Amino acid sequence: MFTRIGPETGANLTVHVDGKPVSVRAGDSAATAAMLAGLLPSRLTPVSGAPRAPYCMMGVCFECLMTIDGVGSRQACLEPVREGMRIEVQSGRRTLTP
Amino acid sequence: MSAAFDLVILGAGPAGMSAAIAARRHGLSTVVLDDQPEPGGQIYRAVERRARSADAASLGPDYAAGAALVEIFRRCGADYRPVTQVWQIGRDLTVLASHAGASSAFAARAIVIAVGAAERPVPIPGWTLPGVMTVGAGQILLKASAVVPPQPLWIAGQGPLPLLYAAQLIDAGMPPAGILDTTPQGALARSWRHLPGALANWRYLPKGLSYLAAIRRAGVPLVRHVTEVAALGDGRVTSVRYAVGGRLHEAAAATLLLHEGVVPHVHMSLSAGVRHSWDDTLQAPVPVLDAWGETSLPGLFVAGDAGGIGGAAIAAIRGERTALRVAHRAGRIDYAQLQERDKTAGLQMRRHEQIRPFLNAVFTPRKAIHVPGDDVIICRCEELTARDIRQAVAAGCVGPNQVKAKTRCGMGPCQGRQCALTLQQIVADARGVAVAELEQLTIRPPLRPLTLGELASLDHHHGSANLT
Ligand code: FES
Repeated sequence: MFTRIGPETGANLTVHVDGKPVSVRAGDSAATAAMLAGLLPSRLTPVSGAPRAPYCMMGVCFECLMTIDGVGSRQACLEPVREGMRIEVQSGRRTLTP
Repeated sequence: MSAAFDLVILGAGPAGMSAAIAARRHGLSTVVLDDQPEPGGQIYRAVERRARSADAASLGPDYAAGAALVEIFRRCGADYRPVTQVWQIGRDLTVLASHAGASSAFAARAIVIAVGAAERPVPIPGWTLPGVMTVGAGQILLKASAVVPPQPLWIAGQGPLPLLYAAQLIDAGMPPAGILDTTPQGALARSWRHLPGALANWRYLPKGLSYLAAIRRAGVPLVRHVTEVAALGDGRVTSVRYAVGGRLHEAAAATLLLHEGVVPHVHMSLSAGVRHSWDDTLQAPVPVLDAWGETSLPGLFVAGDAGGIGGAAIAAIRGERTALRVAHRAGRIDYAQLQERDKTAGLQMRRHEQIRPFLNAVFTPRKAIHVPGDDVIICRCEELTARDIRQAVAAGCVGPNQVKAKTRCGMGPCQGRQCALTLQQIVADARGVAVAELEQLTIRPPLRPLTLGELASLDHHHGSANLT
């Protein structure tokens, strides 16, 4: 389990990780929210369907690609959480643009 | 939307913030584009929020000092755009970036790339398994969200960051299961000759020793001279395997954090098509810069760790110097003023740089990291192994770009940010040539996956002029 330690660092918000409401804090990223919700893997690769999860947390590796508020291939580690945000596992290629 | 600025700064870490502060002091219109939600860069991540919180002390005095810089930056009058992702740097000094699903163009008289460093890729068996992350990722979770990954947590690698992070976990009451130190035998002995320089810059050494003392006090196992680290598990990491003196060991792990040092983040500068060279000490490519940080494209500068690893203090000085140069070009200060200011900066820089030879000698990048076994995945996006690369070389590919065309290595969403370094080293090794002789991977925009909306929101002129 990913564990929150220490005192409050931001207001509490609710996001939906694969449909489940999860309490997070302002300042968390969508990737952090997914991990706090126990969502590993956070994506399955388009090439072989292999399970993957956030690796660098700083926008470099693109392992955190998720579907956020219906838009595919968002880098979840770069997306700050917003109230009501929908964060979903991305399976295979996204369908929006190549 | 399109806007023109004297200076466009990419990145709001120590270098970017200092550049902005200096530029504003001399009246330059300045915009700062950063992909993070808060200023500070990775080193001072979430520093504003955390410095105010009750546990700020556990993050160390340096981190707290970053809060002062952020505060000055906030008030300097630069147009600061957080959560903004740059996806193209044009040779006409126009930057295209997207924010909240819409793109904008920023025309500049000068651009400073200040995107900092990235952790060196650590291609080991099983590094793509969920539960394996970088130590930097662990630290970002800690700084930005006060979150600790699942236990048992192992740390494997070398450099100051794993020790710092371990000490922070201990402080937080969540000690790691163990630390696998991959520093090769003899590295410390070789580094002693650089000790006088390190001692002259006394601030750094006690820090490292205090981390070690904290680790020892907490009874956290610190295993030295570890080789052959591998993550094992089905669907996620469940154990870590490693060798000491030729004997294999295995331990249960829910998290494995890797770190083999940092390298300049050159993706942006590569995409601008400017000259780069191979830095043998760093074992990584660096942009070729003049004394002020200017690249081979006039008006395009690189400041801070993106141009060579120096750490936060040096990055801030480099950022300031670059902005002074831009101010001089724009006629805001004369040459005497530029020289005068530079003398002080140069002195500060030399003082901070004295620790470098010592750290470089202790934490020399190990060749084994760059030239892994055949079955290890190199390109995480396209799921290519070292064998795929070697076969491409055997089939006649002589450089990274040919391997890329043949195998798709570096063509996935990360565009080679993770694999380029390993790719270069494997190709050089397989061909038996020095890696310095190879070209760099060609990087083409857009630098991020874009939605149609992000493309369509650009005004017509830029949309058609720059994407061809
Ligand atoms: S975790 Fe690496 S880009 Fe998001």
